[in-house]
Amino acid sequence: MSVMLDPRHALLTVEDLHAWYGESHILHGTTFEVMAGEVVTLLGRNGAGKTTTLKSIMGMVGQRKGSIRFGGRELIGLSSNQIAREGIALCPEERGIFASLTVEENLLLPPVIKPGGLSLDQIFDLFPNLRERLGSSQGTKLSGGEQQMLAIGRILRTGARLLLLDEPTEGLAPVIIQQIGKTIRALKSQGFTILLVEQNFRFASTVADRYYIMEHGRIVERFANSELDANVEKLHEYLGV
Amino acid sequence: MFEIFGIPSTALFGQLLIGLINGSFYALLSLGLAVIFGMLNIINFSHGAQYMMGAFAAYIILQATGLGYWPALIIAPIIVGITGIIIERTMLQWLYKLDHLYGLLLTFGIALIIEGVARNYFGSAGLPYTLPDSLRGGQNLGFMFLPNYRAWVIAVSLVVCLGTWFVIERTKLGSYLRAATENPTLVRAMGVNVPRMITLTYGFGVALAAFAGVMAAPIYNVSPQMGSELIIVVFAVVVIGGMGSILGAIVTGFGLGVIEGLTKVFFPEASNTVIFVIMAIVLLVRPAGLFGRRA
Repeated sequence: MSVMLDPRHALLTVEDLHAWYGESHILHGTTFEVMAGEVVTLLGRNGAGKTTTLKSIMGMVGQRKGSIRFGGRELIGLSSNQIAREGIALCPEERGIFASLTVEENLLLPPVIKPGGLSLDQIFDLFPNLRERLGSSQGTKLSGGEQQMLAIGRILRTGARLLLLDEPTEGLAPVIIQQIGKTIRALKSQGFTILLVEQNFRFASTVADRYYIMEHGRIVERFANSELDANVEKLHEYLGV
Repeated sequence: MFEIFGIPSTALFGQLLIGLINGSFYALLSLGLAVIFGMLNIINFSHGAQYMMGAFAAYIILQATGLGYWPALIIAPIIVGITGIIIERTMLQWLYKLDHLYGLLLTFGIALIIEGVARNYFGSAGLPYTLPDSLRGGQNLGFMFLPNYRAWVIAVSLVVCLGTWFVIERTKLGSYLRAATENPTLVRAMGVNVPRMITLTYGFGVALAAFAGVMAAPIYNVSPQMGSELIIVVFAVVVIGGMGSILGAIVTGFGLGVIEGLTKVFFPEASNTVIFVIMAIVLLVRPAGLFGRRA
């Protein structure tokens, strides 16, 4: 598990990415990269294009242009299911737990695409609550925190190397946010590469190696976690907090 | 012979049996409609015509190759299912994001074309299809006579319906189908080829209709309008059961067949309308249908 690509190697390179939902042009030339084994956070206000960036990487938007290279392979012409099979998995903002599936079916739903994913026992070590709720009839009857754990847990089985997490702490209690932070650090130590979208930069600062700030569908600022203190003023300005 | 409410038992059980036979076809057809609606969001109005195609395919296979009922039971659904796949790939797939009305209009048009072609080549009089030798005869159960073929139809229909329910509700493949019904984009982003799954689902639903058509061929005349006569009742069954509900389609299919049969015994004048009266009541009391998930 821990043997991955050279840490200096960019696992994901996004260049001049444009994306549209129907008529509306959301991303205007987004450019950034994520090194193998890094946790990178996209920060920005609502509507800056963070979620759209994740969905564009995953091929879930109407139309996109530019370049998305993953492990040396160009993804821009691939369909969503082909992109997933390259080894990228998304945990969506709305969590995407299926009401017509049991908790167990939800957990086992994403097909295993590559060897090297976590076993169910390893997932239950990260999220002990999930083991207890496994017999529960309906995935959507779980609490918000449990649903979030289920949404993260199910993509760890698949063998995907790059995890796209869209606001995993949104609307959750502090104790659960701490648990998710712990999980992200554990996943990083196991060699996963994580691209995180967050509004809550205090949470992000506990897990992230680097930050990109988005505004109006572009990356406007980048800095490392060690430079966070020097950039707090700027952050407040961009995020309006 | 004995009597129940002044009705001879043979008449009662006879109508009950006919009710179960009709119910078998209602269940098979409404099951296909429910599967297609759940996955494609399309109200497949050509379902009756595809049922008729199954019966005609069996008839043509017999005339052209001499292959009888048993091979036809396999070959006809495959052939008709493939025509369904062609329809989905070339036409239906462009309609998923539009209002239900467009899918309904397209499939209604397809039904008219299929029926017109059948009428043009075979006339509307109806053609006979002989019973396979192995299913001739019947059993005397003491209280009634049970023809073997009718028992076969009921049994096969039950097995096929419950098998389909099992696959959808209890297997891994079924969990993909249910999840893709809720959120196809997300299931696709997990690496599942959802468009191919949708195509195969339509093919399966259509093949199920054709299968029912082959089963019906020895009982009813093989005629171009055999589908349109049945499909109106089947749509009522689907509405009563709840659009898209698998279990609802099966239970209401058999249940309404029996209710219709019993009405023929006790109040024959209402037997043609009883299903629609029930539909009206269900729509008033439970607009989502008896087994429907949401209103």
